[in-house]
Formats: sequence, structure tokens, C-alpha cells
Amino acid sequence: MFATLLQATGAGDKLVTPEVPWSHLAPQLILVVGATVGVIAAAALRGRLRRSVGAVGAAVVAGAAIVSIIPLWHRVSNPAQGPISAVNGAIGVDRFSLFVTALLCAAVILASFTAEAYLQREGLDGPEFSLLLLLAAAGGSVMAGANDLIVMFIGIEVLSLAVYVLAAMHARRISSQESGLKYFLLGGFASAFLLYGIALTYGATGTTSLLRVQSFLAERVLTDDGLLLGGLALMLVGFAFKVGAVPFHMWTPDVYQGAPSPVTGFMAAAVKTAAFAGMLRVFVVGFASYADLWRPVVGALAIASLVVGAVMSVVQTNVKRMLAYSSIAHAGFVLLGVDAASAEGTAASLFYLAAYTAMALGTFAVVTVVGGSGDGAHTLDAYRGLGRRRPGLALAMSLFLLAQAGTPVTIGFLAKLGVIRAAIDADQWALAIVAMLTAVISTFMYLRIVVAMYFAESESESDDRGELRIPWGVGVTIGVAVIATLVLGVVPGPLEHLSDDALPVLVAVDGR
Amino acid sequence: MFATSLVQTLTFAIAAMICVTGALGVVALRNPVHNALSLVATLFGVAVLFIAQEAYFLAAIQVIVYAGAIVVLFLFVIMLLGVDRAESFAAERHPLGLAVGGILGGGVMVLAAVTLFAGVDTATGRRSTVGALAPSDDLNRIGRALFTEYAFAFELTSLLLTIAVLGAVLLSRRASGPPIDLDEFPAEEPDADAEEVEA
Repeated sequence: MFATLLQATGAGDKLVTPEVPWSHLAPQLILVVGATVGVIAAAALRGRLRRSVGAVGAAVVAGAAIVSIIPLWHRVSNPAQGPISAVNGAIGVDRFSLFVTALLCAAVILASFTAEAYLQREGLDGPEFSLLLLLAAAGGSVMAGANDLIVMFIGIEVLSLAVYVLAAMHARRISSQESGLKYFLLGGFASAFLLYGIALTYGATGTTSLLRVQSFLAERVLTDDGLLLGGLALMLVGFAFKVGAVPFHMWTPDVYQGAPSPVTGFMAAAVKTAAFAGMLRVFVVGFASYADLWRPVVGALAIASLVVGAVMSVVQTNVKRMLAYSSIAHAGFVLLGVDAASAEGTAASLFYLAAYTAMALGTFAVVTVVGGSGDGAHTLDAYRGLGRRRPGLALAMSLFLLAQAGTPVTIGFLAKLGVIRAAIDADQWALAIVAMLTAVISTFMYLRIVVAMYFAESESESDDRGELRIPWGVGVTIGVAVIATLVLGVVPGPLEHLSDDALPVLVAVDGR
Repeated sequence: MFATSLVQTLTFAIAAMICVTGALGVVALRNPVHNALSLVATLFGVAVLFIAQEAYFLAAIQVIVYAGAIVVLFLFVIMLLGVDRAESFAAERHPLGLAVGGILGGGVMVLAAVTLFAGVDTATGRRSTVGALAPSDDLNRIGRALFTEYAFAFELTSLLLTIAVLGAVLLSRRASGPPIDLDEFPAEEPDADAEEVEA
């Protein structure tokens, strides 16, 4: 009977389902399976697990994902095998996606160690936090590899939904709830823009596959491309929102300020990295033939982000808001690399993102500690006299801030140098000059915090806020971030080598 | 030939009018229940457009899932929160924001109109980039697309649902105590906020 039914509907010919090259998708599978097992375990053993189990578990899963990347990296680097495009061209496995995935996993490890101490202090529920970090990283990893705009969109949504929930995690802080709601509403709005852009692009090219979009545009010159331009513009809006570029940055200060401090660090590091990865993949690779049209827009976004981020950060008094505006300025720097639309620019952007991941997670780990019980002490006053109370903590914070300002011998300097060099090579002198000027302006803001820590006396001589404790988790994060910031600042070779190799490619090779 | 295209144009015009009117109603009406019902009108209009494109399955799904299930869910939530609680947006109307929004929105409308009416091919460069549909019904085609080209995206949505469930469970948990940062919200009535967190 089924046979006749099939015959009647004209489905007689066999459906060829796509092959899934499981081994090539190992990093994403490890993240997702690890998170799923964690959810079940957390539900089954509710209340009987120590809080640190979640953090350590997430770190182990993310570490396993990084380990699984190593053989894959060698495999796609091997000219005999090369990068592939898996599951009917939906997701690409190339060195770009592997690099970004490794970066996201590193961010998960550091953020979950910071969060362990935070959850303990604030008395919040443990394992779900780390699980959401893992799921967010899986979404970001899918974005970095997406060869199809629909897959890109779902990746963004997976990442964003997890981070919306994380932002609203602190049930007892109204500002955390506010931050989650704001991020959710505005993020949903931005996603709608992105989706509309994808729909218009589909209308113009007849496909959502970046590979086929690319070949469609390579094979013909569109005499009228209003629909495609509209699609590109709307997609750019969606991505610009996710990276927090001006004028789509309005959510950043409020959300960064209200979200739990470890989440803010993860947002700054991982969400930005994943969003830029998606942007690089769609615009620099997929719409390379339209670079002349989108580059000026990206350049304008970069200038606006640099200027607004630097100027607004100077006038803030809340350190988390300062860092939020500074993250907008950092987004402007990465946009320089995107705007270059070259292999060099992409490599510089990736290097910058790696550097910023280390710096941001370290900075926000310190912010987590200084925030104190209740996560409320984030004014500049809270940092007064920190150099005397906790010299080590103040020293680490100074290092992170100076690195963000772009001081030589730190990774931040090399990162800024890389994107500015890429901009100059792409003949974007104006952009490069604006970037250097705004770097000077934001240095003032970073120095304000440093001065407060060392040269300002605490308001009340007797510390009524009590001794700041540095739990082991935060200690690990700060230690790793300090080492990364300094060592890679002096010996950038290995990371530079990796980011130079990690170029996104669109290939039609379907892996088995 | 002429008659068919006239019928098509008329169907499109009517359905599009229903869609746009509904969408305006969602934004402009004051009562949340009316907003939700306007959304039904929009979704219904889209369903009619699907039928005009011979996508009968999509049209049915549109009505059953969106107009049926999702809007009913919206109505449930609105009823639970209290229908008579009309929100006032008066305080949030900045004249500058209205002006900028109006100019940008108007600009997009004009741009869309120019693109549409300047010529048949202006928007895409070609009349149809997808080509004629293969001679099989839409149910078949959707199924094929889901299990071949979009298999990965289809599986990925399950991850999205997992996160949605996890997030809903997490955020609906009762807080372990009263809010601790009321001093950061001096202008607002602390009691109303406290209730919100407790709920």
C-alpha cells in the first residue's frame, strides 16, 4: 500500500540522504554530546553535585574538543585531503573554522573557571551555567564553518539564545534580568534583520548556499541587483549588531553592565569572535565579488565604532560600562581587518580576536573578583587602592588594561599592529589613522582605572568591604590570561603562524 | 491568460492588504488581545499567498501551527498576565527617535517601491532565478529539501530547542532570596520590581 502511495505522489525515485563525515564534525559533536550528557546528569543528580563539577566538566569537554581539532587540523592542512564541505555542503571544515572553534573552546574553559567561583559566591545553580557555555560554543563553531546561510542563521540563534539565558542567570539581580531581556529583545530584532537579508539574498541568487551564491555571482554580472544589495545590507546589520559595532551598539553597555561578570567576559570574547567569524565567512569569502560595494560600509562602521567606543568609554564611571565601550572600540579594530577584504586582513582579524579573547576573559575575571558578593561593586571607586590591598590582582588588571590599550611587549600591541598594517596594505589610510588616534584616546580610559588602583587612596581607610578573596578558579583564569598576554606578546610566532594559515575557503568537496 | 494573471494580481493585492493591515494592527493597537488577533490576520494573509503559489501544505501548516497554536499560546500568556493591563509607551516617544525612524522607514518604503515599479527585472536582474518548479507537489519537495539539502540545518534546530527548554527551566526557577541591587534602580518603585523577580 505504501508503495502505491509513493508511486502516486511521484516519489518513486530514491531519496539520497547526505553522508555525514562524523570524524570531521568531531569538535562540534563533542561539545553538543558533552552538553547533552551534562544536562541529563545535572537533572538526575540535582543538588548532589558540587558546584565545581560543572565547571571542571565543561572544561574537560571543551578541552577534548580542542584535542580533537589537532588531528583534523593536520588532515585539512594535508594537500592530499584538504578542507571539506560536509553534509551536502552545509558546513565547511577548514582551518578557519577549526581555529575559531579552538578559540571558542578556550573561552569556554576560562569562562567556566571564572564562573565556578562566581556561582559559589552568589549561591546560584551550578552545572547549567557551564552547559550553556558549551552549547553557545557549539553554536559559534557552527557559525564559523557555515557554508549555508540558513545554517549560519541557526548557529547564531543557538549561540545567542544560550547567551541571553546566561545574561539573565543571576535571579537576584534585577539588572541581570534587565540585561537578559534587553539583549533578547534587541537580539531578536537583529536576527530578524539578518533573516530578512538572507531571504532577499535567496530571492536574488536562488540559493542559500554560500558556495552556490559565489559561483552564481562569478558566472554572471547582474545588471540590476537591488534585491541582492538589500540582502547584503540587512545581513550586515544583523552581523554588526552581534559584534556590537556602532550604530548597532546600543545594547552593549547596558547588557555588559547587567550581565553576571563571567558572562560579560564570555560575551566580549566568544560572542564577538563567533560573530566576526560569520561575518568574515559570508562577506570576505561568499560575497568577495561584491567587496567594492560592502567595503565602504564596513569601513564606515569601523570608524564609527572606533570613535564612539573610545570617546564614550572615557566619560563612564562604571568599569563594566567602560569595558563595554572599549569592546565596541575593539570591534572597530577587528572591522579594519574585515574591511581589508584580504587574506592578510582575515589573518589579522583572527589574531586580534585571539588576543582579545585572552585579554577580555582576564579583565572580566578580575572584575568578577572586585565586584564582590552581590556582583555590584563596579564603580571606579571600587578599584581605589586595589594596588595596596591586592597587589597581585592589581598588577594582573593593569597588564590586561595596558594590553588592551596596545602597549608593546603585550599581545594587544601586535594585534593592533596587525589590523592597522592590513588596513594600510588595503590602501585604507584614513581608517588606519583614525584607529591609531582612537587608540590613544582609549588609552586614557585604561590609565584611569590603573591610576585609581595605584595612586588613589581608598575612600575609607579601614576596608569595610572586607578582604577580597581570589578563588582557585579565577586564579587559573587570570594566570592563563596573563601568560597568554605576555608570552604571546613576546613570542607571537606560533599564534601568528596558525592565524595566517586559518583562511576561510569554500570548497565543493563533500567529505566522507 | 489575461484572466488568470488578473486573478493572480487581485489575489495578491487582497492578501497583501490583509497582511499589511494586520501587521500595522500588531504595532499600532493598544490592547494586547487585539495585537495578537491582528497577527492572525497577517499570518492568514501569508497563508493565502502560499496557496496562490500552489504551496498548499505550507498554507495548511501556516494556519494550523502559527495562526492556530502559536497565537493561541500568545493569547494564553496575555490572559494570564491580565488583559486589561494596557501598556503606555507615551514616555518613550522621543521626537528625535520618531523623526529618524520615520525618515528611515519612509526611505526604505520608497526604495522598495522604486525597485518594484521601475521594471519587472530591476530587483533580481532576472525574472525568476529559481526556474520552473519540478512537477511534484510541495509536500514532496519540502520533505526532500529537509532530508537532503537542509538535513544539517534541520538537525541543528533540535539543538536550538534543547537550549530553549534549558533556558525556560532555568529562568523560571524561583530566586533564592529577595533582589539585592534595588539601590541601583532609585527612580522605580522597588516593590513592583521585586514582584517581577519573585513571579
